[in-house]
Amino acid sequence: MDNKTPAVTMRNITKRFGPVLANDKVWLNIYRGEILALLGENGSGKTTLMNMLSGIYFPDEGEIQVDGREVVIRSPKDAFDLGIGMIHQHFKLVDVLTAAENIVLGLPGKLDLKAASEKIRAICAAYGFEVDPAQKIYNMSVSQKQTVEIVKVLYRGADILILDEPTAVLTPQETDKLFAVLRNMRDDGKAIVIITHKMHEVEALSDRVAVLRHGQFIGDMPTKTTNAQEMTNMMVGHPVVLNIDRPEPKDPKPRVEVKGLTVRDIEGTLKLDDVSFTANSGEILGIAGISGSGQKELLEAIAGLQPVEGGSISYIDDDGTREELIGKDPLSIQEMGVSLSFVPEDRLGMGLVGNMDLSDNMMLRSFRRGRSVFTDRKTPHKLAETVVRDLDVSTPSVSTPVRRLSGGNVQKVLVGREIASAPTVLLTAYAVRGLDINSSYTIYDLINRQKAAGVAVIYVGEDLDVLLELADRILVLCGGKVSGIVPGRGAKKRDVGLMMTKLGGGAHE
Amino acid sequence: MNKKTRVPLFHIAKRSTLPWYHAWAIRGGALILALLVCAGVTAILTGENAFLLYVTMVKGSFGSVRKIWVLLQNIAMLLCVSLAVTPAFRMRCWNLGGEGQVLVGGLASVLVMTFLSPYLPNGLLILVMLLASILAGAVWAGIPAIFKAQWNTNETLFTLMMNYVAMQLVAFYIAYRFPKGTGTMGVVNGDTRAGWLPYLLGQQYLLNILIVALLTGLVYAYLRYSKHGYEIAVVGESERTARYVGINVKRVIIRTMLLSGAICGLAGFLLVSGTDHSLSTTSAGGRGFTAVMVSWLAKFNPIWMIFTSFLLVFLGKGASEIASQFRLNESFGDILTGIILFFIIGSEFFIQYKILLTRSAEKEEKDHV
Repeated sequence: MDNKTPAVTMRNITKRFGPVLANDKVWLNIYRGEILALLGENGSGKTTLMNMLSGIYFPDEGEIQVDGREVVIRSPKDAFDLGIGMIHQHFKLVDVLTAAENIVLGLPGKLDLKAASEKIRAICAAYGFEVDPAQKIYNMSVSQKQTVEIVKVLYRGADILILDEPTAVLTPQETDKLFAVLRNMRDDGKAIVIITHKMHEVEALSDRVAVLRHGQFIGDMPTKTTNAQEMTNMMVGHPVVLNIDRPEPKDPKPRVEVKGLTVRDIEGTLKLDDVSFTANSGEILGIAGISGSGQKELLEAIAGLQPVEGGSISYIDDDGTREELIGKDPLSIQEMGVSLSFVPEDRLGMGLVGNMDLSDNMMLRSFRRGRSVFTDRKTPHKLAETVVRDLDVSTPSVSTPVRRLSGGNVQKVLVGREIASAPTVLLTAYAVRGLDINSSYTIYDLINRQKAAGVAVIYVGEDLDVLLELADRILVLCGGKVSGIVPGRGAKKRDVGLMMTKLGGGAHE
Repeated sequence: MNKKTRVPLFHIAKRSTLPWYHAWAIRGGALILALLVCAGVTAILTGENAFLLYVTMVKGSFGSVRKIWVLLQNIAMLLCVSLAVTPAFRMRCWNLGGEGQVLVGGLASVLVMTFLSPYLPNGLLILVMLLASILAGAVWAGIPAIFKAQWNTNETLFTLMMNYVAMQLVAFYIAYRFPKGTGTMGVVNGDTRAGWLPYLLGQQYLLNILIVALLTGLVYAYLRYSKHGYEIAVVGESERTARYVGINVKRVIIRTMLLSGAICGLAGFLLVSGTDHSLSTTSAGGRGFTAVMVSWLAKFNPIWMIFTSFLLVFLGKGASEIASQFRLNESFGDILTGIILFFIIGSEFFIQYKILLTRSAEKEEKDHV
């Protein structure tokens, strides 16, 4: 492999955002016929580096060569002309148009959808995609949309493909399909870069790994010669333990009992259909499912944020008294003496206020306390300092707006605030989404400590491997229905994956 | 093959926080630049000496003790309306109905002043006028607020339309009361001075100015330190976050708009009782709209709004002064005002971002080679 000419060489690339050095003299080679996994924690500069290759940013220093020739990439169009295409984490598709229309959108020349559809079919046949060129985007699943994005890039003649965390939104089965397609493309001689921080995916898919840390290039090596532990250590910079703790639940008692819960959204679509389960104290109840299967509605219904069509949600106190939570808003739930904490999926849009500083965000839960018309600023300030210290939040000060913090630190602030009120029920939605390994383990640890303190934890997750290691029981949602509840210990990833896509999973197989 | 020329000449990067003196230096620089450009434009278009023009502008506002009082009064009135719209703006609720809310407030004052003055002692009369104005302003803002809270109607259009209703109400009242007149009301209670705010230390405007000064402090404290102020900020930043922590978003919207309208009503009262002792459809004088700019320029900070309302009043006065003194078209003053505002608003860009020339990086590279 060493005597091959690289498709892309990045030399000495430096990029600053204000005082932040996002990339510091990075060198990277990308070869054809190879899948390169670009590894690194959040904020290590992976996406920045690839954005410079795809024309979104322009490097402050350094040079880029494509096929040994020095090039200047000033815009995504320049990148396309060089055969470089990037598939972003957030899809850039027009919902009301069809797949074919989206794919040819913005291309010069006469609009000939028939010819385009032919070409799309040819591309699909070559690599094993399944795309119906006439299907509208709004009718597509997340994985289909991603496929359209990939086909769009190939249609434009890209032979250097960059995928930014492509599996974050996929089920295990969809991930396997995507990987098969990527392998086909590699064998066809394309250069493929995938940005990820899921170790098992790196091991399963890539030929070579390159690791970035704090904007610096740490090293690269063939995947075969390394392992998850070594790669993690390189990413983090010191040895880490990769096992998630799962202590036995202590004295579990029913805490939240959900019966026949049915929820419709504003358009009248059934989001939750007759959902029943019990969450116990001192136990982590994992919720698995394809994104959009009703996880959000379930948590928000319990938290008093979602209007409910039918069913009941009872909170059961230690002394056995029951309180109905349906029909109550968050304030009246709090006033009833139910200490319920909620770490929502949308951290900056719901859990926190991005433009406010850490102390003001701590105040969100507590500002009503006291009779004075004025707010008490001292207590939240102290709480902010405690959270920063205890959870090791890296921030210039507690008066920094939270939107300036990195994803992991934002989450620590949010979780820190939510557990500060000593909850009896903790709801978390995608608590580690977008977080790097270190931060993720901090969050798992915090959740486990809440469990040990007797809190009933409901943990909505997307990474099945984590759910299988962390949760005591796993409830699988499929299209708003309970597909099954399985014990976390001994559950098989394949079975849970099947239950996610089909009610009851492989029961009839 | 010289490809280097294809490298973009400059790019824009976001600044980290700037020390305050640096930011103010940029703003000051922008103002100086604006004055220079204005001087150039003046010289080219009119042949006048720009320096004389500036002297005229300053004289127009500070030329005599009387002029200074008028300046302060105008600042106070503009500031009062700006303070009124600011709580709503902080909530990202665009109350463009300041004009109408001031007018109905003024109308309420005039009505009380006209019809109740024979029955009430002066002190009580003024109190009733004040309350009536505040109530009228609050109602005028409350109607769009209820519609927004309940059915999420667009408050910008709604409040804007309410302005015209208020204007027509005033026009109707004048036409109804003085059918044979010139369409003006004349001074109300000119003989008895009933319902007129007292002159403090012999100065007609001093009480107005003191009331607005006090109000500035109150609004600042309300927005910054009170629980209501905190709720307003949270609702403004993210309604979903507000709902998530159990803030009743509808109630906050209605409450804040009522407050906004109430302060506008107060401004109407000050205009009628403390200034004009009369009312016309143009009594608010566009302040409901200028206030939008005052509030934005000061980034919704009531203390800074003192400076921005001074700036806008000064520029407006200066523009008309230039027009009359140099017999220039009225629009010429507006051109100068426009240029100055352009630079001031534009300077905010340079406070947020910096421009990096690519050349320096390239040079460095060459030095290394």
